[in-house]
Amino acid sequence: MADQLNVLLAGFGGQGILFAGKLIAEAGLIDGREISWLPSYGPEMRGGTANCSVCLSDEPIGSPLVLEPDVLVAMNQPSLDKFIGQVVPGGTVILDSVMIATVPERDDVTIIELPATRLAEDAGLKGLANVVLLGRVLKETGFCAAETLDKALQKSVSPKRQHLLEPNRKALSLGAGG
Amino acid sequence: MTPDTPNTAGTPDTAGTPGTPNTAGAAGAAPDTAGEKVLMKGNEAIAEAAIRAGCRCFFGYPITPQTEVAAYMSKRMPKEGGTYLQAESEVAAINMVYGAASAGVRAMTSSSSPGVSLKSEGISYMAGSDLPGVIVNIQRGGPGLGGIQPSQADYWQATKAIGHGDFHMIVLAPSTVQEMADSVFDAFDLADKYRTPVMVLADGMLGQMMEPVVMPGRIAELPDKPWATNGHKGKRERTVANSLYLVPEELERRNVERFDRYNAIRATEQRVEQYLVEDAEIVLVAFGACARIARSAVGKAREKGIKAGLIRPVTLWPFPADAIDAAVRSATAFLTVEMNMGQMVEDVRLVVDGRRTVGFFGRTGGVIPTPAEVLDAIERMDRGMSGDDCSAEPEHMGGAR
Amino acid sequence: MTTVFKRPAALTDRQFSYCPGCSHGIVHRLIAEAIDELGIEGKAVGIAPVGCSVFAYEFFSCDMVQAAHGRAPAVATGIKRAVPGSIVFSYQGDGDLASIGMAETIHVASRGEKITVIFINNAIYGMTGGQMAPTTLPGQVTQTSPLGRDVEIAGYPIRICELLSTLDGVALAERVSVDTPRNIRTAKKAVKKAFEYQAEGLGYTIVEVVSTCPTNWGLSPVEALGWLNENLLPYYPPGVYRDVKAEGFANAAEASAARLAASSVADPTAGKDAEGGGCNG
Repeated sequence: MADQLNVLLAGFGGQGILFAGKLIAEAGLIDGREISWLPSYGPEMRGGTANCSVCLSDEPIGSPLVLEPDVLVAMNQPSLDKFIGQVVPGGTVILDSVMIATVPERDDVTIIELPATRLAEDAGLKGLANVVLLGRVLKETGFCAAETLDKALQKSVSPKRQHLLEPNRKALSLGAGG
Repeated sequence: MTPDTPNTAGTPDTAGTPGTPNTAGAAGAAPDTAGEKVLMKGNEAIAEAAIRAGCRCFFGYPITPQTEVAAYMSKRMPKEGGTYLQAESEVAAINMVYGAASAGVRAMTSSSSPGVSLKSEGISYMAGSDLPGVIVNIQRGGPGLGGIQPSQADYWQATKAIGHGDFHMIVLAPSTVQEMADSVFDAFDLADKYRTPVMVLADGMLGQMMEPVVMPGRIAELPDKPWATNGHKGKRERTVANSLYLVPEELERRNVERFDRYNAIRATEQRVEQYLVEDAEIVLVAFGACARIARSAVGKAREKGIKAGLIRPVTLWPFPADAIDAAVRSATAFLTVEMNMGQMVEDVRLVVDGRRTVGFFGRTGGVIPTPAEVLDAIERMDRGMSGDDCSAEPEHMGGAR
Repeated sequence: MTTVFKRPAALTDRQFSYCPGCSHGIVHRLIAEAIDELGIEGKAVGIAPVGCSVFAYEFFSCDMVQAAHGRAPAVATGIKRAVPGSIVFSYQGDGDLASIGMAETIHVASRGEKITVIFINNAIYGMTGGQMAPTTLPGQVTQTSPLGRDVEIAGYPIRICELLSTLDGVALAERVSVDTPRNIRTAKKAVKKAFEYQAEGLGYTIVEVVSTCPTNWGLSPVEALGWLNENLLPYYPPGVYRDVKAEGFANAAEASAARLAASSVADPTAGKDAEGGGCNG
């Protein structure tokens, strides 16, 4: 496991970027690691782009702002265009190819194009593209054990919404298996 | 103040769980069991810790990026039998705190920079009437309406000139979400102990970010306040909360007495965190969110063989002069790092008093400095010191200069 | 021998610092008498303003708090919310209440904060030496309206009781004067009623006292009473502007509901099902 994993998740407000980031953070919490979760905030949240920095580390975290992500999750074109240049060499970009038409050239990072929105819709999991992508992040990085992420999911779905637990689980495995 | 940007970044949006309403973070989940580590936003940690510290009156007003404090309070206070009230203005909110504090109840308000300016009148009256209370400032860029991104540009305001008249206010500068909770808890105790307003000075980054936090347990016992104006019930002399003294000698006597108390605070309450300072040649001085970045830069500098260290003032007033003074003996230079145009650096220079070079690096307007930029500033200073680079200037304003 | 007149217990022994012919002394006494008669001194907390009555905290025997200029209603709110069983009153002049503190004044009333505001309206800033107030009459000469208040420049005076009586949180809004023994008795009743309504939790209460300021009006005390009668009272007619109990309601909340029910605009959501819509009627 890497000493520190910096993840940047970006997309339109409402795509579930912050929630996906929170699941990573909750998993880190269960593993007893140092974690930080920092959202972008302000007017850009309204229909514009939203992003979220998540750091997982075994050391105290300095700046929680992820400027050089090891992993970039991009859910729309503007986010990919804005952040792909910042991904560290050897890093990973996981993107929703349904929402993104053009992928900028970069041969020093692993780019994974996943039709997450369509995969989710086809499986009757509309709105869970974010969790599908997160499943892929888990597969690519192994940032935690699958059981840990499941626990994080249980923690993050409120008691009143327990019926949503299974769909989220399906979305995770859809991404991980895809 | 201006609710210019209704903050929707509130909490993790819940598109991942379709149909889930905004759960306002941990507001519902507020763990009543002390000791459990939970993920919370800094703003929410502040609110929950305040409740545990016995705060029973919260008066707020919406402003980004502090609104979650008020939102959290509005949910939790009724369950605690306390008061949450959205005031008509920041001015009214601080005066409500003044009233509740005078009545002997632990009271708090929170805001962000432009709103805190409006509270300055009430804070001065609280100081003048020796009333305890907690004011939270989740700073954003200024001046004027400024921006909404994280900033430390209210250092001067908080430590030098929060309001008119001869007074100080204790200022705590948390650097993590855990410290957001702990410092608010401490703030209430310090406020009561010294009968003074106390400010928790944080910023949009600390307010918005989530980190694991262990909530302090509920306060067992609150201090007795025989001075409270809560109705004498015919059982004691009447009490008066007042800051008006028309006879100059009387006002002077009051102020001198208050400054005696300030001296006691200076002597006993300076708080600081030191990181690799012992053998450091270049000592960075940074507080709050900026100290996290400075700490990363110190680590990178060490990797490059530069002996750097970090002094992080936890109390901004009283300023930890003793720690800086002690470092003068071992350090060859100081580098103050701030998210402003250079404010705390003046206090560092005051303590260093010309004995060493004191440099400054900062970003302003809501721009967050990067560890790489800070490292660059450290290296420039290092070269300047060793005579390698004559162009090294003591001040480097990132981006701006 | 029977004592027929004595200093109210709710006043301290401190001698008033007010000018001859000023209304403050009378109003202070009326408040103190009401506190004594209702036996509420032990749970009363008064708020002194900025203005001539800034020293009110010296004169009342109950707990007192001195507030920043205009902020008395906010301070009162803080105290009342912290100690709900207390009886909280603010004592404010026209500059304090209707100018710098207007936002607090409006909002404390609209919240129906269970406090009592005693409003001294003498149409001038007294403490600072006679400047134009928000209640200064059109044409009235003051230090800062030397040619008389020109409404084209300085705007019109504000009638506070009329204004506040439109707000739903108000249980009692009454304007009185203390220029004659008879009016003083009426004023006393109003003050007492305000405290009673507050104790019963009916809503916000305000008693506006049209008052004299002989010093800054440049008149003798007797002339000042005449000027008040001829000029101030016509502009600020004494009377009850809101009294929810007298109007047959249990409290301000009930009066508010009745006001809404009597609204001339029909509830836009009423015919929603039938019309399949209902956006703003």
